[in-house]
Amino acid sequence: MSRVVLVTGGSRGIGLACARRFAALGDRVAVTYNSSPPPDGLFGVRCDVTDAAQVDAAFKEIEEKFGPVEILVSNAGITKDTLLLRMTEADFAAVVDANLTAAFRVVKRATQGMLRARKGRIILMSSVVGLLGSAGQANYAASKAGLVGFARSLARELGSRSITVNVVAPGPVETDMTAALGEDRLKELTSQVPLARMATADEIAGVVEFLAGPDAGYVTGAVIPVDGGLGMGH
Amino acid sequence: MSQELFDRFIKCAVDALKVEPDQLTREARFKEDLDSDSLDFVELMMAVEDEFGIDPIDEKELEGITTFGQAFDLIITKL
Ligand SMILES: NC(=O)c1ccc[n+]([C@@H]2O[C@H](COP(=O)([O-])OP(=O)(O)OC[C@H]3O[C@@H](n4cnc5c(N)ncnc54)[C@H](OP(=O)(O)O)[C@@H]3O)[C@@H](O)[C@H]2O)c1
Repeated sequence: MSRVVLVTGGSRGIGLACARRFAALGDRVAVTYNSSPPPDGLFGVRCDVTDAAQVDAAFKEIEEKFGPVEILVSNAGITKDTLLLRMTEADFAAVVDANLTAAFRVVKRATQGMLRARKGRIILMSSVVGLLGSAGQANYAASKAGLVGFARSLARELGSRSITVNVVAPGPVETDMTAALGEDRLKELTSQVPLARMATADEIAGVVEFLAGPDAGYVTGAVIPVDGGLGMGH
Repeated sequence: MSQELFDRFIKCAVDALKVEPDQLTREARFKEDLDSDSLDFVELMMAVEDEFGIDPIDEKELEGITTFGQAFDLIITKL
């Protein structure tokens, strides 16, 4: 059973780990990237998820090569951290556009094929920060919280067509995104995590693989924390 | 009513609503007779917009449409 999988932002970090897991299962995997192409062996499509025309073109390219997307992992995301008083409206809008509106763009396009097929799996990459909050990340947290309401609405809209929509909420993960934070900030972050360490990207990918797989057929509208216990209760 | 247009409309509906052509009479009610929900209806309208090359139909105009014939009459006004 080789499925058609699309992972946005699959050139690095969590997205790449997800793509590798699906590829290892024998799925036909496409990854989109913005500036850095994925390593060899993965079908990479350049696509800026903030541009609806590029999203549509990427889907066309994938459909021609593999057929309609059956599993969508909307994972591309950015941060522009700063305290509210220093945050410009442009900083806020850019993060919401790349993290939340982009999810709208790719999910909307993917459901065209899923509705026709009467099945599909949609997985949105949120963050523990979406429900916990984080000083200096008001834009990022707002975008990640927005994904929850978005996913749950779609779980209701699309459930009768056997399309599931779930959210994964990672805690701190060892990727370029966190490497940018610096040693001190990372120490402080992990000191708050009950498991007292960061996650590997592959640990997040494992949960994504589960949500896309046959054992998760009755899971929809869920927010799955993969955060070492950081967000407990949220 | 042009039979050719109606036939094209039927073709869209067979695809989008997963029904048999002989169920698609003018009197057929979407909900009761064709067992279609609001999402089916949206899918049908999108298929029709593509088939006939018409602009997306405003949701307001779709209010009150309950039968297959009524939907066809609305589409005709958009051509
Ligand atoms: N790392 C963490 O601690 C952590 C924690 C919780 C949630 N997350 C979330 O997990 C997701 C992946 O994070 P990561 O740590 O793996 O990030 P990353 O290493 O910074 O990778 C980000 C990925 O997103 C792509 N991307 C960014 N902007 C894009 C755009 N406009 N169009 C298309 N692709 C774009 C990048 O493509 P290019 O390589 O081409 O730039 C890259 O593939 C993000 O949504 C992030 O918010 C991360």
